[in-house]
Amino acid sequence: MDPIAAKYIGAGIACIGMGGAGAGVGIIFGNYLAAAVRNPSAAQGQFGNLIFGFAVTEALGIFSLLVALLLLFAL
Amino acid sequence: MIDPIHQFNIDKIFTIGHIGNQEIAFTNSSAYMFGTVALISLLMIGAGRKLVPDRFQSMAEISYEFVANTLRSNAGAEGMKFFPLVFSLFMFICVSNIVGIIPYTFTISSHIIVTAALALLVFFTVLVYGFYKNGLKFFKLFVPSGVPIVILPLVVAIEIISFLSRPVSHSVRLFANMLAGHITLKVFASFVTMLGAFGIAGWFGAVLPLALTVALTALELLVAFLQAYVFAILTCIYLNDALHPGH
Repeated sequence: MDPIAAKYIGAGIACIGMGGAGAGVGIIFGNYLAAAVRNPSAAQGQFGNLIFGFAVTEALGIFSLLVALLLLFAL
Repeated sequence: MIDPIHQFNIDKIFTIGHIGNQEIAFTNSSAYMFGTVALISLLMIGAGRKLVPDRFQSMAEISYEFVANTLRSNAGAEGMKFFPLVFSLFMFICVSNIVGIIPYTFTISSHIIVTAALALLVFFTVLVYGFYKNGLKFFKLFVPSGVPIVILPLVVAIEIISFLSRPVSHSVRLFANMLAGHITLKVFASFVTMLGAFGIAGWFGAVLPLALTVALTALELLVAFLQAYVFAILTCIYLNDALHPGH
């Protein structure tokens, strides 16, 4: 296979990993919202935990995006 | 063809000196760093100390309160001794990200070397302060209490790996978010010019990507602040490990 074509296909495949991060971030924000609607007074106190969970989950999706960017522009 | 990576080029402004064969240059990145620090200093020093704050002073006080509350709730009252570090990191990243959204400017945090330096600073602060304060008890960080002895070696190995991968994820998160966001903006902006080349029909078609670019810029503004906040909150959580290592 043409190496350039393989590079672009690889970058595309690497981006699939972001779907998992998308689902994970959706679960985090969805559950936070569900909990916040049930008990609005406790919502403010959990905002830090929300952002922490979001950051840790998003990092994994960002790693797959990074692999795609490295394939496209660096290698 | 529009090159979406071109905006991240580092250009030399003037040369400061040489170390061996390596040239030490003052680049556009350094210029924007100086500008960021100047902006923060202007905000914090020029805010004034009136009893009834005006808008400028309110901004400075809100940013202080915001970071102080984050630090207190995540690292406890003892964590306040690290306030200067966390506040400097937060303000530096936040202001540089927001400056980077302005078209034709350079985004400092879109370079892995900058974010890696900041993340390693936090990593080594945690490491050095953790050993200074707790001595060898700092290793309790890697041994969670209440784990059955059979799977303890595995858990300890996982804890050590996760501790060592912290600076990687800490730096790559900020860097990749800024890089990806700015590339996306540039790609959508290039759709406008590409469609515009088709004449009148293209101009009407170009309204759509133009509106999307404006919306994305608003999203990037949120991301710029959020990533600075995430960086600060993770710094607080890591510092909490150094202050209170027993889970």
